[in-house]
Amino acid sequence: MGVERTYQDINARIKAGKAVVLTAEEVIEKVREKGVTQAAREVDVVTTGTFGAMCSSGVFLNFGHTKPRMRMSKVWLNEVPAYAGIAAVDAFLGATELPEGDPKNNNYPGEFRYGGGHVIEDLVAGRDVRLRAVSYGTDCYPRKSLDTLINLDSINEATLFNPRNCYQNYNCAVNAGDRTVHTYLGTLRPHLGNAHYSTSGQLSPLLKDPHFRTIGIGTRIFLGGGIGYVAWNGTQHFPGFIRDKNKEVLCGTGGTLSVVGDLKQMSSHWLVGASIRGYGASLTVGLGLPIPILDEEVLEYAAKTDEELYAPVVDYGIAYPEGNPEDIAYVSYAQLKKGEITVMGKSVPTAPVSSYPRAREIAGILKTWIQKGEFLLGEPSQLLPGPGAGLAGKALKIRDK
Amino acid sequence: MAPEKIVLRFGAEKADKPVIYHLAKDYDLIINIVKASINPHKEGTMVLELTGERYAEGIAYLREQGISVHPLTTEVVRNEEKCTHCGACTVHCPTKALFIDRSSMEVRFNEDECVLCLMCVKICPVKAMEVKV
Repeated sequence: MGVERTYQDINARIKAGKAVVLTAEEVIEKVREKGVTQAAREVDVVTTGTFGAMCSSGVFLNFGHTKPRMRMSKVWLNEVPAYAGIAAVDAFLGATELPEGDPKNNNYPGEFRYGGGHVIEDLVAGRDVRLRAVSYGTDCYPRKSLDTLINLDSINEATLFNPRNCYQNYNCAVNAGDRTVHTYLGTLRPHLGNAHYSTSGQLSPLLKDPHFRTIGIGTRIFLGGGIGYVAWNGTQHFPGFIRDKNKEVLCGTGGTLSVVGDLKQMSSHWLVGASIRGYGASLTVGLGLPIPILDEEVLEYAAKTDEELYAPVVDYGIAYPEGNPEDIAYVSYAQLKKGEITVMGKSVPTAPVSSYPRAREIAGILKTWIQKGEFLLGEPSQLLPGPGAGLAGKALKIRDK
Repeated sequence: MAPEKIVLRFGAEKADKPVIYHLAKDYDLIINIVKASINPHKEGTMVLELTGERYAEGIAYLREQGISVHPLTTEVVRNEEKCTHCGACTVHCPTKALFIDRSSMEVRFNEDECVLCLMCVKICPVKAMEVKV
């Protein structure tokens, strides 16, 4: 019978300044040195991190009321439309929204120099943002138009709410077609000219708890440089496993998180607007999760290495856009990080599109917060569905009745 | 006469044309190839120093061939504050001036190897690669 801990045990040790906290990189060394059983006795928490473009991100804003009052039925922030079909002076700004006059892909490949993600970066950096709004006017909200400047301090609330972040695993994208394509995973040259991947591998939060034994509603996290929470499962949360040709489990895939936090605590170092050539605007989000080492099994997964974690290789030239993606191969993150993989007999240079150094920094910051007693673990009110729940995606059928 | 420094950029379909030969033979120019990155399947870039009476005619010839010609007054610099070390640029840099230090996974930029192809400027999602005139 190995060690067992509760959230209360761990939080008591954090408060006493006695908790042993290692990053997801450091714990690998610890387990190599001492074995899982002994390491599980010693380690209380393992911290993870990831820093990449997460398109399903956005912010709920409350601007405060003007005199006379206005309902604000349409809202623009630096000319980027925000959704205002909710209560007066509330709006939701999404990371991929573009200004109405943006040339988009009309001059292919488009540059997407400024979008919702950039507005969020401007807000979090404390810069003034132009707020323009129109309304139809009511007896209680007579004002019909508004053009002013706001910033993060001048508005009531700014709540980052990201419906789908922190993908557990992601495709390694290649292009088997015969023309260059510009995708959300970057520019891919034809004939398997290059391969892009986008998780932090052994530092990546959900790869380190594939059974979702510790992650649920109320899990306290590092979000954009501040403290945030897991609000729910992310959209398209279909956790499962990727398996090799012999059906042996390689590692987790398919899980996502919905996360929430106060933008006023966050920093533009950890929320950065992104312009993805030929694809669109987005927001690069820094996110880190603490994994409480409840028992040996939790540690065993938290200590998985880049050699043991795999990404599926998928063709974004033809198969993915057609909606028929299949996994061409599985490559380990260790291979991907070396800079070259072999796909269909061809040697292909690789590049990450999410930042491993920033992921490492996040895991380190979270570790420091916990060691200093500034960050206690949030015990989930309810765990997220794991692979056992059998969740799977539905295809959208096109029909007219 | 001081040599003129220029940057040529041409598409994959132009990479097989013997333009340097024509510059020397037809326009009597002295050519020093400072940097070059040419691959039959990709866009090519060349930095040249040209000297000669018929310099302007030589440039006109290059432009007729569909090659873009720019004076070498620009350099590409990395904004260290903005760079997040994601690495997306590295695989697109033709000379490996941008590369990943595999131990730290940080992106390094060796400016001496840069041929001003500007691919990184187009690729970088956070606009950390800047053109300095």
